[in-house]
Amino acid sequence: MGLLTQSVGVSHFMAVGAIMFVCGVVCMATKRNALGVLMGIELVLNGANLNFVAFGSDFLRTDKSYSLGLDGNFVALFVIVLAAAEAAVALAIALNFYNNHSTIDVDRADELRG
Amino acid sequence: MDAINWHSCLFLLFATMASGFAVAVVLAGNIVRMALYLILSLGATAGLFFLAGADFVGAMQLMIYVGGTLVLLVFGVMLTAQGPFISLKTQAGDWVLGLLLAGCLLAVLVPAAFSVADWRNDKPADFVAVQQDTAARLGMGLLGVRVDRLEDRPEPLKAGMSSYLLPFEIVSVHLLVVLVGAAYLARSKRRAATN
Repeated sequence: MGLLTQSVGVSHFMAVGAIMFVCGVVCMATKRNALGVLMGIELVLNGANLNFVAFGSDFLRTDKSYSLGLDGNFVALFVIVLAAAEAAVALAIALNFYNNHSTIDVDRADELRG
Repeated sequence: MDAINWHSCLFLLFATMASGFAVAVVLAGNIVRMALYLILSLGATAGLFFLAGADFVGAMQLMIYVGGTLVLLVFGVMLTAQGPFISLKTQAGDWVLGLLLAGCLLAVLVPAAFSVADWRNDKPADFVAVQQDTAARLGMGLLGVRVDRLEDRPEPLKAGMSSYLLPFEIVSVHLLVVLVGAAYLARSKRRAATN
């Protein structure tokens, strides 16, 4: 009941960002499907984005002199654009791999192994 | 009893959705369900952006991420989801290692988030923040004029400081290169082989 009557701070946004980041890392580590690994990367980038936006927000803290201000929004926008670019290239590589090897299992993508 | 803080209520709703569906992405075995959970998680994150006052970033999150990147991912899933690849099973040892890693990371990150007093909710009761729309200020910043901090810049450097104009140009050229590269990588080679 405490959280319903109090206001939220930067810490709460950071906790949500941390959960999304950790889920993304575990997704990248455990999924064998290449597209599952890609989804983990998207989750990691979103967790980081949430922190940038929370630190740039005027609503979440009283002392605004330490706030990132608009810079947090700028960085979040660049991260979104770069994530879109990364997803496009990674999907092209995954489809290419699927066409050549007829599998999407990253455990079998070991042709460069020495 | 205090009045219910609706900002906190909405935060709780969106935070539960974002982190709950993120956990569901990890636990789901079916790649199609993972894509669905990812869409819901990222949509809830857009709601969190709106709650933090970043309206333009929230809208871009919905348009680019949920509307663009994830549609791309879903197409990738549909093109490769055949028979055994829909649900590839993770080995038990990998699960143990991954959950151990998750526990350690969470044990570090969450207490760190709540350890700084300035980041917690210590706002006075009469705290008022005025919502200004960020789209115009962000657009001016990308074109090189920071309307929110015109006074901050030192006078000798004023002519050379163009804010985020250079990163904006770099990222636009980067997007063009990525589009060309993705189209080159994903082109079908079978037709060339038959000729």
